[in-house]
Amino acid sequence: MEASNNIRSDKEIKDLVEKWKGVEGNLIMILHTIQDEYGYIPRHVSFELQKLLDIPLARIYEVITFYNYFKLEPPGKHKISLCMGTACYLKGGVDILGELKSILHIEPGQTTKDGLFTIELVRCLGCCGLSPVMMIDGKIYGKLSQEKIPEILTHYIEAES
Amino acid sequence: MGKKTCNVKINGTNCQAEEGINLVEACLQQGIIIPTLCYLKDLNESGACSVCLVEVKGAKTLLRACVTKVRDGMEIYTDTERIRRARKVVVELILANHPKDCLGCEKNQNCDLQRIAYELGIENIRYPKTRQKDFSIDNSSPSIIRDPNKCILCGRCIEVCSKIQEVNAIDFIKRGHAMQVSTFFDGGLGNSECTNCGQCVLVCPTGALAENNSIGEVWRVLDDKEQIVIVQTAPAIRAAIGEAFGFNTGVPTTGKLAASLRRLGFSKIFDTQFAADLTIIEEGSEFLTRLKNNDKIPTITSCSPGWIKFGETFFPGILDNISTCKSPQQMFGAIAKTYYAQKMNIDPRKIKIISVMPCTAKKFEALRPEINSAFSFWKDKLALSKKEYFPDVDYVLTTRELIRMIKEAGIDYANLADEGFDDPLGVSTGAATIFGASGGVMEAALRSAYFYLTGTELKDIELNAVRGLSGIKEASLEIAGKKIKVAVAHGLGNARKLMQQVARGESPYHFIEIMACPGGCIGGGGQPLPVNDEIRKLRIKALYQEDRSLAYRRSHQNPAVIKLYSEFLKKPNGHLSHKLLHTHYHKRQPVKI
Repeated sequence: MEASNNIRSDKEIKDLVEKWKGVEGNLIMILHTIQDEYGYIPRHVSFELQKLLDIPLARIYEVITFYNYFKLEPPGKHKISLCMGTACYLKGGVDILGELKSILHIEPGQTTKDGLFTIELVRCLGCCGLSPVMMIDGKIYGKLSQEKIPEILTHYIEAES
Repeated sequence: MGKKTCNVKINGTNCQAEEGINLVEACLQQGIIIPTLCYLKDLNESGACSVCLVEVKGAKTLLRACVTKVRDGMEIYTDTERIRRARKVVVELILANHPKDCLGCEKNQNCDLQRIAYELGIENIRYPKTRQKDFSIDNSSPSIIRDPNKCILCGRCIEVCSKIQEVNAIDFIKRGHAMQVSTFFDGGLGNSECTNCGQCVLVCPTGALAENNSIGEVWRVLDDKEQIVIVQTAPAIRAAIGEAFGFNTGVPTTGKLAASLRRLGFSKIFDTQFAADLTIIEEGSEFLTRLKNNDKIPTITSCSPGWIKFGETFFPGILDNISTCKSPQQMFGAIAKTYYAQKMNIDPRKIKIISVMPCTAKKFEALRPEINSAFSFWKDKLALSKKEYFPDVDYVLTTRELIRMIKEAGIDYANLADEGFDDPLGVSTGAATIFGASGGVMEAALRSAYFYLTGTELKDIELNAVRGLSGIKEASLEIAGKKIKVAVAHGLGNARKLMQQVARGESPYHFIEIMACPGGCIGGGGQPLPVNDEIRKLRIKALYQEDRSLAYRRSHQNPAVIKLYSEFLKKPNGHLSHKLLHTHYHKRQPVKI
């Protein structure tokens, strides 16, 4: 399900590699650029990088999976960042996660089949007074309870249709 | 410039050690074995397992011996109460997440972790399991099974795969409790660059890596009295199998091997060496034709299936240079199910061919669809339907699997009277025996090529230049006024160097032998454990000793092979040879996309 219009061409990947050529740790820098651009590391990019940088595929996969920042799947249209910081955790963050999981049928780090939502766990969004808190695409939802979740999600689902 | 020597004290005894070596080696020189699970000399010195803890005077903490270098004046203690306690904790922590089902494990009694746990006197594991979900087992490869639950993340397999073999099929992935050794996108070994060489299996300190076992299938066909079950054993088996039955390393037990196979119930005890002689005739003729036409030179040997997959994956541009000859295992299968079946008037559908190989990659090779030819040979003659399809080689056992079967059957291997192989496919020469050692195929080929080119026999047939454990060996030999330059590489990292030359068109050689495993087949991924250079040298010695003891030492003298040509194949590289004994190769993606 790779959206072909926003994937760099092989030539563009080549230029990117050229920019970092000979720099130590260049694989990570290149992966960062790719991640920033697409929100994940498309599988075919690894094949290109293997050829251009002469780095084994297993090694590229090691680096991608070592850092939490790099994702292997395309992100959903809406990113749900659920806070698991101390305050939110104590005020029921786990219940909120349970509710999200039961509605969306995904685990943290995964994307729903329709590509609409991705759940990500974060540590403190800086508004502990509103705990438990989650953020969808930069919008903060505070003082959450399980009951409020369906309504919030429905808002995003309805906006699609 | 000589290396500086340091004065050190180990457990209170003054001694000397070369500056810069690590404490595992320094202690070993003084007769003290430090327990290690991840350490491999010159290859894996990462300190990952932390079992090798020692006390060094003045150091605040215990130090890991494998990553600590000797310094002048060092006082080292290896056997104190503090160390014993610490090592126990370390191993218990490793065991906390390790399955405890040793009984059925492939590595039972060959497992470093099991041995060290016993040696440290561990009875209870005081720590709870922290891994919440078990990893799935990778059974995507026909050769090797990978169970990440048994893996202790020592990194040995990764180092062998990347530094010795330069295949890089595996690496660590993820981190913390989710960390494991895996392939690109967890596709499994069977969908990766893995060449199935099994060198990772040899170094794995646990049962996380083991061969894909075929013992059950082989018992089943042996029990089926309708079947004619024929066994072939590779040269390298006889040099190593005795190790499992109390013989010293390097003592060939060929006669007992044949006797034990007969006790197991195989109908015919044949020898892959017969097919090795046949390979020399076919490959030799092919080489001489190419040499005459200056076509596809250098010619590269094709006996090692690990090497073939490596070539197909990393050097697709040089596939034409590889000899089209099938490996001896496959030549044997093809000849047994055609020539032998016809000669003995046996229905080929009833024949089952079991190979005993020192090799995990042979399991993969036997499944290559294009390598099978006996079925096509018989298809029209017997009006066979597609449903009746049979492969040339039915099952492949490693040396280790055969050892288990012999033990399971209660055969007293060590006390068996020596027996011989059966006629006609058990007849072989010394040239075939040395196939099992790096350089052996080259030496055997030159013994015969010399005869074909000059009409006289090569007098000094022991070519020391291509023997031994140096990574790349070269030699040149003047034959009929032409200087033939040859090279031999073992270990795929060494093969890569020679192949880069070939790919650039700069190879100075006419003929190149490649074996995937260091030392050749005697160090194959299916051989008895452990395998190290000392053991490789002794097994190689065993093969050269066998060669010297045989009446015929040149493949073209093999009377059974001569008969095979006069009765069946007619001539080397002829029409029937091409149908039955030759194959082709194809380019492979490193990973299935």
